[in-house]
Amino acid sequence: MKELSIYIHIPFCKRKCLYCDFLSFPVEERKIGQMRGQQVDCGKIEIKNYVNLLCQELMSSAPQYRQYQVISVFFGGGTPSLLPAEDFARIMDTVREYYQIVQDAEITTELNPGTVDGEKLKHYITCGMNRISIGLQSADDEELARIGRIHDYRTFLRTYELARDAGFTNINIDVMAALPGQSVLSYERTLRVVTALSPEHISAYSLILEEGTPLYERQAEYLFPTEEEDREMYALTKDYLASCGYHRYEISNYAKEGFECRHNKVYWQRGNYAGFGLGASSMVENVRWKNPEDMKAYEAYVWTRHGKDMDAADMHGKDTHGKNMHETDMHVAERQILTKKEQMEEYMFLGLRMMCGVERREFEHLFGQRIEEVYGRIPDRLCRQGLLTQDGNRIWLTDKGIDVSNYVLAQFLFD
Amino acid sequence: MAAIDQSKIRNFCIVAHIDHGKSTLADRIIEKTGLLTSREMQAQVLDNMELERERGITIKAQTVRIVYEAKDGNEYIFNLIDTPGHVDFNYEVSRSLAACDGAILVVDAAQGIEAQTLANVYLALDHDLDVFPVINKIDLPSAEPERVKNEIEDVIGIEAQDAPLISAKNGVGIEEVLEAIVEKIPAPGGSPDNPLQALIFDSVYDSYKGVIVFCRIMEGRVSKGTTIRMMATEATAEVVEVGYFGAGQFIPCDELSAGMVGYLTASIKNVKDTAVGDTVTDVNNPCAEPLPGYKKVNSMVYCGMYPADGAKYPDLRDALEKLQLNDASLNYEPETSIALGFGFRCGFLGLLHLEIIQERLEREYNLDLVTTAPGVIYRVHKTDGEMIELTNPSNLPDPAQIAYMEEPMVSAEIMVTMEFIGPIMQLCQERRGRYISTEYIEASRALLKYELPLNEIIYDFFDALKSRSRGYASFDYELKGYEESKLVKLDILINHDEVDALSFIVHADSAYERGRRMCEKLKDEIPRHLFEIPIQAAVGGKIIARETVKAMRKDVLAKCYGGDITRKKKLLEKQKEGKKRMRQVGNVEIPQSAFMSVLKLDDK
Repeated sequence: MKELSIYIHIPFCKRKCLYCDFLSFPVEERKIGQMRGQQVDCGKIEIKNYVNLLCQELMSSAPQYRQYQVISVFFGGGTPSLLPAEDFARIMDTVREYYQIVQDAEITTELNPGTVDGEKLKHYITCGMNRISIGLQSADDEELARIGRIHDYRTFLRTYELARDAGFTNINIDVMAALPGQSVLSYERTLRVVTALSPEHISAYSLILEEGTPLYERQAEYLFPTEEEDREMYALTKDYLASCGYHRYEISNYAKEGFECRHNKVYWQRGNYAGFGLGASSMVENVRWKNPEDMKAYEAYVWTRHGKDMDAADMHGKDTHGKNMHETDMHVAERQILTKKEQMEEYMFLGLRMMCGVERREFEHLFGQRIEEVYGRIPDRLCRQGLLTQDGNRIWLTDKGIDVSNYVLAQFLFD
Repeated sequence: MAAIDQSKIRNFCIVAHIDHGKSTLADRIIEKTGLLTSREMQAQVLDNMELERERGITIKAQTVRIVYEAKDGNEYIFNLIDTPGHVDFNYEVSRSLAACDGAILVVDAAQGIEAQTLANVYLALDHDLDVFPVINKIDLPSAEPERVKNEIEDVIGIEAQDAPLISAKNGVGIEEVLEAIVEKIPAPGGSPDNPLQALIFDSVYDSYKGVIVFCRIMEGRVSKGTTIRMMATEATAEVVEVGYFGAGQFIPCDELSAGMVGYLTASIKNVKDTAVGDTVTDVNNPCAEPLPGYKKVNSMVYCGMYPADGAKYPDLRDALEKLQLNDASLNYEPETSIALGFGFRCGFLGLLHLEIIQERLEREYNLDLVTTAPGVIYRVHKTDGEMIELTNPSNLPDPAQIAYMEEPMVSAEIMVTMEFIGPIMQLCQERRGRYISTEYIEASRALLKYELPLNEIIYDFFDALKSRSRGYASFDYELKGYEESKLVKLDILINHDEVDALSFIVHADSAYERGRRMCEKLKDEIPRHLFEIPIQAAVGGKIIARETVKAMRKDVLAKCYGGDITRKKKLLEKQKEGKKRMRQVGNVEIPQSAFMSVLKLDDK
């Protein structure tokens, strides 16, 4: 049986962080409306409606995944932990009812410190959740405030302890380097504090200023670490986390032995994944598509699918040239049938993000051509430049290659 | 059509400083004579190139024939020949003037006479034109018509007390101007019975008719079937059509005779055969002598033009070919640069001409261009006695073979109000100017005369002049000749490789300063690579300046979220796309913009 991962997007958050350019919007800022003389929180209604849509989408899509078994489910956001416990249960029940989930499936939700209590966390366990990912970003309260996070370190710590108490044995903590006002020393402290808690997994990213975010617009007002400091933090991450028993398995992801995130790896290894919810991305059998990012359009998309028993072949495979496209596809924001060349590109630039790299044999098996036939001397050149290493079968990034991975990965795109 | 009475023809032009209202007055004249209604007028009928309208200047001479019923009850034919308004096109101006019998001098009632006004009036007077002044923009609050009248009399020495006071913009006083044209501009001379002698003052290429020759018939007559000969280029052809100029259209007629202004076509394929200033005569009944004043136009400014996308080379060649059909003063020949690949070395009348051609190539032909720094033609005298004219710095012979070098000089006249004499003199000094004289025009203004190397004024001199005089200084120049000069070739080395497209000739004294600024500029333009890149400026192999582009040491994608791979791929593609627009020199990728940045060295 083929494998499938499920991503579920929860676009709500309490307040948008200043660096965030993901598809999310603050739920508390929604206007409080009047309804039959009573004050009604439109935000709550909105969440209820959204969960209805999600469940509807999960149900009507199910027939096309009859041949698949689900190996992971990931709730991402926004802040999925803002969902009331009963909504979570409803979604998980729907997944269980309509999809075949393997016994040891990895079921993760992201959560933000302070958005859950012990009861909610226990509820998660009851729903079958077995992994959580907590967005800490920094252990320094001033740094957190500067980037617009809603919590402080103490709040995080309470949430973490509650999660352990509730019985979670697989926890990820997100940390960020290159934050405004961050020093190498304070970053090191964050790493120390985090590793002391001994989570199973750590994601460490550098802050990237994305156009359109408040932090980007106001960057002149902040003091960012110098290039040298940024560089030092970056080196520190790898060395320090290694010394604490975390191995790097992807450019930004570190895990204790046996705790690599299965769901994440599906993205890099080009496994099948179906995204549900507003603006969610999917890739199944080399077809990529993306749900509408506008709530109204998403709603229309879900309702037009309703009741239509779609065969998997309708979504991918048969209509490779866009002919006989199912009418519901008209609501999909972007849909792309990957050509062989595009598949090769992805295989390389996604695969190389993993420390284990890509495999020549697998490439040849998938595409019927050797890497050298397709990419000529590019791999050799990058090896000579000290950016890649290779043995008989595998090709992977060197430390230097990781540092400038954008450059390396871009080499594998065709003109 | 009844035969035209030669005594009722008036051939004239309008001379003015830029922005004094020449084109607006031309529009009003056309409008008042009833040829066009206000509604039909596209603002400024005569400047019909989009570029001309945008820049507010006339690039190609435009001509229109209009009929005016004067107060004396007679109908007059006016041929208004609009002349180009920039020093780059001085020769064209002189030929257009030679086609006229008189000129209207437009002077701005607030600004008075400017250097360009003077230059153009003198040019008109040199051609024995009867000039009468018109004071424009009298509606401006700052208008001082009386002061300007006195200035015209004092400075130019022509009668100005009864000059019409007009506002071309508001259509005030136009009748007066029309009557003055009838009264003050003489009817053309010449006899239709003499052998044909016609002056070519412009030509355009039409894909159906071939070259359309704009000419003024001085003597004789020409009609369909006449076999003509261009006396300088010696091209011959049989006339297919003659006619005159309607507003924006060619109107055929039976014959053009002495005194008339019109066009002829003769299936001529190349504007090079119909050089401006040449004389057209009848092969079967030739005139004794060509008209005076013809000269071959030479390019003064050269630069390399390369397609940003190397594959567009044939497109660039085709586009240049087409532009040249209409512009005999545009020269080009293929050249190859190690850094930029295949392109053309192009010659222009001046920097404005260069900019116009560049913009037309980009807009009308949709080409993305990389241009190298514009330079003048240097004369290199070699030790073996040979002299070469250098248009591309890369071709400079080995210094050991060079006896001496010469550069072109211009005589410049700068008109400036007293308070700015100091700063302007300083500017001329910085540009290696040689002071000649100061003439005081009136209590508050002076005319500075300088000799300057052409090289120093071709790009930003005019801007510098304007900024140091708060816009009050005006400037005109003419080529004076060549002078020996201490010139060196400044080379730029990127990662120890010489980049030919960045080399230029500079005076030895300014080499250090220019080299330093080039390096600074290039440091900002060249992106980081995986290795450190030295940028060096060198003269004769000796490094005179250096900057370093630090190595790129970190370039990692942000979080890849929720499996949105497409977005991440787009980021990588953008990075890759950026590289495509770069030029590879050795193992360094140089963005196109770096080649242009050297043009902007002076706006620190």
